[in-house]
Amino acid sequence: MKEWRYWLAEQRGTLLAFAIFIVMFAIYSANHPAGFTANVVQTAANKGVLLAFVAMAQTLVVITAGIDLSIGMIFTLTNCMASWLVIGTGLETAFGVVAVLGTGLLCGAVNGAIVIYGRLQPIVATIATGAVYFGLALLLRPVPGGSVNEDLADFLTGRFFGVVPASLAALLVVVLIVWVPFRRSELGRAAYAAGSSETAAYMSGVPIRRGKFLAYTLAGLLAAIGGLFLTFFTYTGEAAYASGNAYTLFSIAAVVLGGVSLFGGKGSAIGAIFGALAFRTIGDLLFVFDFDPLWQPLFQGVILLIAVSLGAFALFRVRNRLEWFL
Amino acid sequence: MDGAAPLFRMEGISKRYGGVRALEKADLTVTAGSIHAILGENGAGKSTLIKVMAGVVAPDEGRMMLDGSEVSFASPAAANQAGIVCIFQELSLIPELSVADNIVISDPPKRFGMIDRKAQRRMAEEALARAGASDIHPLALVKDLPLSRRQMVEIAKALARKPRILILDEATSALTAADVAKIFGVLKRLREEGLALLYISHRMNEIAELADHCTVFRNGRNVASYAAGSKSDNEVVELMIGREYSHIFPPRPVRPESVAAPVLEARNLSWSGRLHNISLSIAAGEVVGLGGLDGQGQRELLLAFFGVLRGLSGQILVDGKPVSIASPAAASHDRVGMALIPEDRKTEGLMLPMTVRENLSFAALDRLSRAGFIDRGAEQRLIDDMVGLLAIKTAGLDIPVGALSGGNQQKVVIAKWLMRQPRIILLNDPTRGIDVGTKQELYQLMRKLADAGAAILFYSTDYDELIGCCDRVLVLYDGAVKRQLVGAEITEHALIASALNIHPRGEGAAKGGEA
Repeated sequence: MKEWRYWLAEQRGTLLAFAIFIVMFAIYSANHPAGFTANVVQTAANKGVLLAFVAMAQTLVVITAGIDLSIGMIFTLTNCMASWLVIGTGLETAFGVVAVLGTGLLCGAVNGAIVIYGRLQPIVATIATGAVYFGLALLLRPVPGGSVNEDLADFLTGRFFGVVPASLAALLVVVLIVWVPFRRSELGRAAYAAGSSETAAYMSGVPIRRGKFLAYTLAGLLAAIGGLFLTFFTYTGEAAYASGNAYTLFSIAAVVLGGVSLFGGKGSAIGAIFGALAFRTIGDLLFVFDFDPLWQPLFQGVILLIAVSLGAFALFRVRNRLEWFL
Repeated sequence: MDGAAPLFRMEGISKRYGGVRALEKADLTVTAGSIHAILGENGAGKSTLIKVMAGVVAPDEGRMMLDGSEVSFASPAAANQAGIVCIFQELSLIPELSVADNIVISDPPKRFGMIDRKAQRRMAEEALARAGASDIHPLALVKDLPLSRRQMVEIAKALARKPRILILDEATSALTAADVAKIFGVLKRLREEGLALLYISHRMNEIAELADHCTVFRNGRNVASYAAGSKSDNEVVELMIGREYSHIFPPRPVRPESVAAPVLEARNLSWSGRLHNISLSIAAGEVVGLGGLDGQGQRELLLAFFGVLRGLSGQILVDGKPVSIASPAAASHDRVGMALIPEDRKTEGLMLPMTVRENLSFAALDRLSRAGFIDRGAEQRLIDDMVGLLAIKTAGLDIPVGALSGGNQQKVVIAKWLMRQPRIILLNDPTRGIDVGTKQELYQLMRKLADAGAAILFYSTDYDELIGCCDRVLVLYDGAVKRQLVGAEITEHALIASALNIHPRGEGAAKGGEA
C-alpha cells in the first residue's frame, strides 16, 4: 500500500465528518435567504463552536474507552462562574478567566481520579459528578443573570479583518495548544493505547493511569472553554439543566459523527469538531427550508441514526460470532 | 550448566493460584550468549515461570538474581527496564495503533516533550528490518494485519527495547515457515551478540535446531536440565511424564467396535486457517476425547459444532443427516440436541449475579414455557432433578450463583445444559480449576450420560482425564487431527508424543483420523 493511503485510512473518519459538514453547510448557505455571507458564517460559527468545544472534550474521554456524562454540566457550571468572575478591569477579567478554566480542570481531574483510582465505571461516576456540578451551578445562579466583560466578549465573538469569525480562530488556537500536543505526547498515546486494549497496554509498560487522568482533566478544561464562550455569546450565566444535558448528549452524537469510536482507541478531536459543526448545521437546515421547529429533534435523530449505522458494517466481517460481544 | 557465570538465576520460586500449585520451588539458570529451551506439558508451570520473570505475576516465595544481585519486578515495565523482555503468546499489541506506534510504545523517542514521529519511524523501520520483516509498513494499523504479521511486529517490538534476556513463549506458533526461518536467523544472531534467549515451544524440531540447553518442567518443578541433543525425543517424553495416576475414574465399558451408528459426524471441517480438514464421528454411548497441547484448534472445533463460527467449510451430520447449524440456538434446538459446556464459566456459562434457579433454567426456558409463560411447577421439578443428579451443594436455589464454590458453579453450568436433555454433549476443559472431589463426580456423570445414550466430545488439557474417561482420543496439532488413540493405546506417553507430533519408537502404528 502506498504511503498516502495509510494516511487516508487513518484520517478517514475525520475526512468523512468534514465531507458531511461541507455538504450540509453548502445546502444550508445556498438556501439561506442571505446567502453565503460573512454574517451567516459568523452566526453559524458561533453556534457551532460551543458544541465543538464540548465535543472535543468528550473525544478525549471517549478515546480512553470511557464516557463523560458530566461534560455538559461542567460547561454549565463554568458558564455560571464566568458570569460572576469574568468582569471588571483587564486584570480582574484575566483572573476570572484563569479561575474559570482552573475550575474546569479541577472538575475533569475529579472525574479522572474517581474513574481511575476509585475504579468506578465512567458512566456512573460522571452521572454523579455531573449532578454535583449542576448543583454548584444552581447555587451560583439560582436565577439567570450576571454579566461579562463585554469588550472581551465582543472581540471573541466578532470577526477578524471583517471576514474570519473570531470564535473559529479561537477554536483553532485551542486545537493547536491543547489537542495537537496531547495527540503527540507520550501520555496522549497512552490514552489511546488504554482505550484500544488496556491489557496489551499494561503488558507493554504504558503509563495507562497518567494517560487516562490527563484525558479526563483536559476534557474538563475544554468544557470550561466552551462555558466561557457561552458566557461571551449570551452575556449571562444560567444554570439550565436541559441545556447542560443536551450538550452532553449532542457531544456524544458529534463524536460519533466525527468518526471517534465509542469503544475507544480510535478517532481524533478534529473529526469531532467537524461532527459538531455538521450536527449543528443539520439542526439549522430545517429553518432555511421553513419547517416547523418542532421537526428539528426528529430530523436530527434520524440523521444521527443513519450516521451511526454506518459503523455497524464492520460486524459483517466477524468470523467468530463470540467476537460480536467483545 | 557450565561455562560462563550466569546472567540470571531463579531460586526456589513458588506460586499458587488458589489451591493450585503452579510453581513449586522451581530453579532456573540463564547464561548470556545461549538459547535455552523450556519444555513441559500443559500446566507444567512454564507460563507461570516466564510471567514471574517478566514481572506479570509476583512469586509467593523464592528469589531472582540478575548479574549476581537480587531483583524483584513490580510490573512488566520494571522487568523491561532491567532488560528482560518477553514476547507473550497472547499478543501484547494495541490493535488501533500503527505498527510504528506499537514498536516504540514503552519508550517513544521525544523532542521538546512530544513524540518525534520521524525518529519513531526510523526506529520502527530498523526494528522491523532486524526482525526480518521489512515487508510490513510502519504506518499500517496492527488490527489490519494478519496474525502471522502481528507476531513479527511483536518480535520487532521486543528487539526495539534492546533486551539482555529475550523470552519467546510459543512465538512461532502463528508464523509461516518462511517467517520461522527468518526468525531463527535473527535469534542465532542475537545469541552471537551475547543475549540470553529463553525459548518455549512445543515443536521439537525447532528446539533441536535452536537450543543450546534444555530444561524440562513437570508439576511446577524443573526436573531435568541437559545440553541440547544429549537426549532422544523418547527420553524427553519420559521426563515430561510422571504425574501420579489417580484411580478416580469410573470403569470403561467394554464394547464391540462400531456397533452403534454415529450420532455426530464431521466431514472435512476447515475454518479460517485454524482448522484443517477435520473429520470425526461419535456414536451414542461413546466418550471421545480431544487431546493435544493447548491452542491447537480444540476450542475452535467445539465452537464450530456449536454454530459459533462463520465461514466454516465442510459438513456436519447428525444421525447421518447433514445439518446446518447457524447459531448456538440452532445447535441446542431439540432437532439437533447439542449442548456445549464452555471453558470460561464466568463469562460464557453463568450470569454470576443471578440466582441458581434462573441460571439453571436459562437454556431450557423454551421447553418449560407454555404460551410464552414459564411453567413454574415444571421448572421446579426439573431443577430438583438436576440438583439431585449432580449433587449441587447450595444454600438455596434463590442465592446468586456467584456465591457457590467453583466446583458447584461448574455443576450448575452442566446441569443447565442437561435440563435440555441433549444427545450430543461437547465439553471444553470442564474441570479446570475445580477440586478433585467434584472432578470425580463429573467423570462419573459423564459416563452415566454416555451409558444413557449421549455422544460426548470432551476436550481436556489434563492427560489423566483423557486416559481415564475416554473411549477414544483424537490428538490435534495445528488444527488437524494428527492421531487417533483407541482404548489401551491411550497412555500418557502416547498422548504427549502425539501432542508434540513426534512418533517415539516402540509405539504401535499410528492410526490416522478416521472418516
